[in-house]
Formats: sequence, structure tokens, C-alpha cells
Amino acid sequence: MTAWLRRRDATAKLLAAALLTAAVLSTVDPFVTAVAIGVELALLPLTGLSAAQLWRRGWPLLLSATVVLVFTVLLGARTGPVVGTVAGFEVHEPALGYALRLIAIGLPGFVMFATIDPTDLADSLIAHVKVPPRFAIGALAAFRLVPLLTDEYRLIRLARRARGIDAGWNPVAHLRLAASATFGLLVGAIRRGIRLATAMEARGFDRGQPRTSARETRFGWSDGSVVLAGATLAAALILLKFVHT
Amino acid sequence: METRWRTVDIIVASVIAVAFAAVFYAWNNLWNAMESVALPWRAFIYGVWLIPGVLGPLVIRKPGAGLYTEFVAALVSALFGSTWGLGVLLSGLVQGVGGEFGFAFTGYRSFKLGNALVAGTLAGGGAALLDLNIYYGAFSNTDKALYAAIVMVSGAVIAGAGSWALQHSLATTGVLDRFPSGRERAAV
Amino acid sequence: MSTVEFKGFGWRHAGRKAWAVRHFDLRIEHGERVLLAGASGAGKSTLLAALAGLLAEDSGEQEGEVLVDGAPARQRRAGTGIVFQDPQTQLVMSRCGDDVAFGLENRGVARDEIWPRVDAALAAVGFPYDRDRDTAQLSGGEQQRLAIAGVLVSQPRLLLLDEPTANLDPAGAQLVRAALAKALHEVDATMILVEHRLEDALTLVDRVVTLGEEQEPLVVPHRPGPGAGPVLLTAERLALRHTGNVVDEVVRAGEALVVEGPNGAGKSTLALLLGGLTKPAKPGRVHAPGERRPPHRWRASKLAGRIGSVFQNPEHQFVTSTVRDELLLGGRDPKVVDDLLSRLRLDRLALANPYTLSGGEQRRLSVATALAAAPDLLILDEPTFGQDPRTWRELVDLLADLRDEGRGLVIVTHDRDLVRALGDRRLRLDHVGDRRLRLDRA
Repeated sequence: MTAWLRRRDATAKLLAAALLTAAVLSTVDPFVTAVAIGVELALLPLTGLSAAQLWRRGWPLLLSATVVLVFTVLLGARTGPVVGTVAGFEVHEPALGYALRLIAIGLPGFVMFATIDPTDLADSLIAHVKVPPRFAIGALAAFRLVPLLTDEYRLIRLARRARGIDAGWNPVAHLRLAASATFGLLVGAIRRGIRLATAMEARGFDRGQPRTSARETRFGWSDGSVVLAGATLAAALILLKFVHT
Repeated sequence: METRWRTVDIIVASVIAVAFAAVFYAWNNLWNAMESVALPWRAFIYGVWLIPGVLGPLVIRKPGAGLYTEFVAALVSALFGSTWGLGVLLSGLVQGVGGEFGFAFTGYRSFKLGNALVAGTLAGGGAALLDLNIYYGAFSNTDKALYAAIVMVSGAVIAGAGSWALQHSLATTGVLDRFPSGRERAAV
Repeated sequence: MSTVEFKGFGWRHAGRKAWAVRHFDLRIEHGERVLLAGASGAGKSTLLAALAGLLAEDSGEQEGEVLVDGAPARQRRAGTGIVFQDPQTQLVMSRCGDDVAFGLENRGVARDEIWPRVDAALAAVGFPYDRDRDTAQLSGGEQQRLAIAGVLVSQPRLLLLDEPTANLDPAGAQLVRAALAKALHEVDATMILVEHRLEDALTLVDRVVTLGEEQEPLVVPHRPGPGAGPVLLTAERLALRHTGNVVDEVVRAGEALVVEGPNGAGKSTLALLLGGLTKPAKPGRVHAPGERRPPHRWRASKLAGRIGSVFQNPEHQFVTSTVRDELLLGGRDPKVVDDLLSRLRLDRLALANPYTLSGGEQRRLSVATALAAAPDLLILDEPTFGQDPRTWRELVDLLADLRDEGRGLVIVTHDRDLVRALGDRRLRLDHVGDRRLRLDRA
């Protein structure tokens, strides 16, 4: 049961998340947004992610939302009904709405992506959304290089230390070091990309003839039900918005 | 001018996108960590997110490079678990389109600094419009205007001039020799 | 099986003044197995790329013809397969089976025909894992084996291999040679192999073609040093994470300590620890006599002046845009810099961008930049990686000179010839840890 969502088609998941996100975007009502968050949280067990993994990926989201709330409460527009007071400041409804919205949008996003395998996503987009295979597979191949690039970045930073360059406490120096290391990374990444492209061409990629797929991508009832669930929740939220005002 | 993308165009654009998605991860954390700096002002660092949409066209020099590179960067950064979830895809699209215009308006024949600046500014404009509607609607009007202005300046400077300088430096290393952008340097 | 013919073939890459290959003539018959040998830069890779039809018309200038089965190579691409030297940039998909299937997908082969052929190709190279295995978890040798399967699955009539073992340790190279030998029994193809290490490749071929001058085989005498001087660095109870190896060692001036072992044993990790670049796990420690703090706590400028680290990939260390600026970095004395430039034969490249240098030149540059800070100790990670015999010999002579001048050297390598030539003392790391957790990926 916990991995059920993982096995659903990637496009279906993306679509469901997009519908939900669109519904949230249509309202700034904190009540509706809070309900949306509640629903999303209720769906978390289906993803098979542990609480620790969720916290690790999720804390920046919470932080962002808090910051937005604080800022708009302190310095934002003084419009809309007051929802409560915090530390002597009035919290207006729109301020709370925007802050909650950040979470409501962020949640389905990262949960969806945490349950999507990149290869499945590429296959699904090619099969169901008719994304040109050259681009989808090309992006997928480049994506595979990511762990190599992160290792390389680390090595490049260490190499700079070995050369006698470090940043100490100076933030500007830190930025310069990061920029210099990123440049080195880009050069290495592009070189790799060119070698990869050559190897792919040598194996017949992009020769102009239609490609087949070795992996099957089915879109069955359970996948459809994911989209349906997303659509239903989205509709429910919009309805709630109208009912609540 | 050849408009069909070669394999190497697709892969290198994807690699640039993916490399920047990794940079975004760090930059996102920086954005979040800058809580002490009030919101519109923090937007001075915004330009980094707009680089792929300008650097892509400068390197690949084919239609669609801005949109593709920026969108893939957004997609991959969402796959890494970006804070802003699917909203990032929408941002990526809008920013990419903005970047694309910077080169489309001269018919994809000119890839100079001017184009880069326009691309960066437009990408920033699109991004600001989106953000103000989705996330920061509760700001005061002055803050909204300030935010938009800062994002566009950041776009012009960091994404526009910055990408242009970056592409030139990359060309001098010889790594862009398979691309027209790299052949501008003297024979070695 | 294909015939191959070069008629007065020449190629110049766009943006270069010199021709990569010129006036080249060669004929290879059906089913021949040929070794293409010659010095670096002689153009062997270019020849293979031409045969594979990978030299796009807009990427350079061609003279003469290159024909496969009588037609220009570009038209025969479908029947040619090529394996390159870097395993990581040949693999496309994250699952092994998917990667082998990639070539068939591109050729529009029907799905029900794909998987049996994939299984057959994996068996032909003796691949031991199942299809769902993550490609990132394979060792270099296993990845190359997979790459060979990925090429063989399309049943090529012409098989090309461009230094397939250059990036691998001896164990990996052996794996690849065994896979090739096995596959060649069952495969009906003309084969052209480019390799530096001739002795290893001879069993696989019937014929050797040499480009440029004959390279004398590598004769590797041991160059003894002046004898050990004062202690420069001590390592105590250094645990190399995830491998189970623990190191206690002393590094002295005038002596070359060679660290050997298979990939995955933690050699690069040790190099980073000794170089003061990473922090040892407790209770291990690294310390230099006369210093209170361990190297990983030193300021970078102090570190560079005491312990120089030369990384496996020289490009990781490039910071500026000309060779001369690289050496001047950190406020070095211009006179010292000019001396170094001429000693390492980099003077005519002084104004070139470091990234445009050849592999051997980049290697010399990275050694030069470490030397510019005049450290007593030099730590080098796989310095002979991917070098041809001539540049190899130059490097070994240089390192021996540095040691004879009184510096301490720590050389991490799996190159047995280097160990024999310079190893005053040897440290062997045996255990290989869990691949998923380790740091070095060479």
C-alpha cells in the first residue's frame, strides 16, 4: 500500500499535482488553503516516504512560508479582515493566505517528485504527452550525470584549497570561490556532455528514424484514478472557496 | 542558420540545465537563509535563477534554447525537492519565454551583449509578475514595484551580462568548439 | 564483417591550425583484428571517429577518403560500433538492461525482440548482474563491460575500441580484456583496437599498425632515492571510511611513498587526508612535526606552501585563464615562475588557456602549480593516468628529480610500472569497501 503511489504512471501523478496546484492558486482564502494542506498531509502515507525524509526535504518550505508570513505581517498591505494577532501585530487574512499557499503548492510538488523515477517520467512523457523523444531522453541522460557533477564540485572546491585559496569569513570571497568553482564545474560538465552526445550518436540516437521503447508504459485504471482524485480534490477546493466567501 | 538541434545541442543544453539545477539547490538555501534581509531587497540575488534561460541561447544559438534550458533546470530542481514545488515549473516556463524573447526579437541572428541584457531583463520581468501574483500578492504596492524593479535589474546584470561573460569565458577554454559560439575565438 | 580503407585521409578539426591526421593510407580486410598503436596526439582517436562516421561535415575539414565496405564511413554508421575510454560518459540509462537496450531502441527494433538480444549481449561479455542493477553502482571495469554489451547488441560488422582500458585499474582492465576475448569468439566482426599498453592487447589481435614513430616498450628501472630525510608528516590510525583499511604511516623527505591498491580501497581518500583537505575520523590524526594544529586546520595559503596536492584530474585545479597566471597565483615570485615554466617545458604555452592544453601538458601544469608554492611534500593522485609511454617517462623522471632534490613524495596509484620505478616504500591498501558508500569513483 505504501508504495502504491510510486508505481503509478508519472504523467498521471504530475497531472494530479498540477490540478491541485492550480486549484490552490485560484484562492487566497486561508481556510481553503489550510484544508488543502490538510488533504495533502493526509495523502503522505501513500508515498512511502518516511517522516525523516519528509522533514529533510520539507523544512525549507516551512521556513519560506514563515518568512513570507512574518514579512507580510510586518510590512505588507493592511487590507483584508484581521484573522488574529501575533506578538502585537495584526495578521491580515491575505498575509496568512499567501503564507499557507506556499506550503499548499510546495507539498504536492515535492511529494510527487519524490515518488517519480526519472526514467519512468521520460518514458511516460514520450508515450502519453508526445514529448519529442530526443529531448526527453537527452535530458534524462544528462540527469544521470548529476551525482558525478556533485562529486566533481566537491573535488574542485578541495583543489582550490590545495592551491592556497580559501574564503575564511569573508562572504564576498565565498561567493567568488563558489563562482570560480562553478565555472570549473561547467567546463567539466560540458566536456562530459559532448562525450556523452558522441557516444549516444554512435549508438544510433537521433538518426532520424522512429524510436521504439524497450519499456512498457501503461496507463491503466489505477493511473486514471490518480488523475481523477486530483481533479476531484481540485474541484472540491474551488467549491469550498465559493462556499466559504 | 540551421534550426534543427543536433544531439550535442540537446545534451549540452541539458547538462547546463542540470548543472544549474544543482546550483539552484544551494541558491535556494541561500535565499531562505537570508531571512535577516527584508524581502524585496533579497531579490538582488534573483538573477542566478534566470541564467539558464540566457546562457542556453548564447551557447546553443538555436530557437527554443532559452525556454528548454530554463524549463529543464526548473524541472530538475523540482526533482531535487525544491521548496516551491510545482510552482517552479511555471516559473521556469515564464522565465524561459522571457529569455527566449531576448533573442527572438532579432530573429535569432544576433547573440550579443544587448540581446543578453534584454533576455535577462524580460526573464526577470516575467518572473516578478508571476511571483507577485502567486506568492507576494499581499505586499504593499510600493513593495511590489520595488520587487519587480530589483528582479529585473538582477536579471539584466546577473543573468544578462553575467551569462554573456560566462559564455565568453567558456569559449576561451575551448570547450565550446563544437558550437558556433565557440568558433569565434582564434584558431589554436 | 567489414573491410576498412583509408585513402590519403586527413582531418583538421574546426578551430585548429594543425591537422590531426594527414595522408593516411591503410587497408583492413574482413574479419581482421587490428591493434592501432602510436604516440598520443598521433591521431588514432580521430581515425576511429572517422570510421564510426562521427566526424560531422561541419566540424572540420577532410582530405581523402575513409571507406567502410566501399562506401564513405558516414553512410555505414549503422553497421559500426565504437567503445570509448570513459565508462561514465558512455552509459545513458540508470538501469543496466535499459542501457544495453538503448542502441536497439534507437534503431527502431520491436520491443519483443529487444530483451532477448539484450540478454544475449550481456551473456556474450559475461556480465554477472541482472538487468535492473543500477549502472552507477558498477565499477569502472564493469561499466566498460556493459558498454561493450551495449555496442555488441546491435550486431556491428565493424567494432572499434578507443583505449577501452585507459581509465581503469588493472583489475578492471583485465575484466574488459576477458570480456572482449569472450565476445570475439562469438562475434563476426572486423575489430580495430587502440591501446597504449601493447603487451596486454596483443593476445586480442592478429596485426599491429603503428602511427608515427615506433614507441620503444617501456623499460622500467627502479631509480633509488638519496635515502630518507627528516619526517614531514605522520598519519596515525587513519580509518579510511567504508573500507576497513586503517593507516599508520610516516612520510619523510627525499623518499617516495607509493600507495597502491585496487579502486575502492580508499587511496584517493588517503591522499585527501594527508593533503590536509579532509578531516580524519576520530581517533585518527595527521600531524606535521613542529605544528600544533593538524593540516586540515591550516589556512589554505599555509597548506599550499607546506603540502602540495596534485589531483587526478588536472582541470579541477585550474583557476585562472593563462598558464603563467596559474603559476603566479598566490603571489609567487615571477622569476621562480619563469624557471618552472622552462623546466617543465611549458614556456611556449605561457599565454595559453589551461583548458586548451593536451593531457600531458595539463598534467605538467598541475605539478608546476603545486611546485610554485615550494612545498616540502607533494601528494599526487594517479599522476600517470591516461599517459602514453613518452609522457609517462617524462613525468617519472620529473618526479624522481623532485625526490632527489629532497622533497617528500606520496604517490597514490594503481600503475604497477610507476610503483616499480619510484617506490622507495610501499603502502598497500587491500580491502575494497561497499561501492555505494565510497568516495572515489575512478
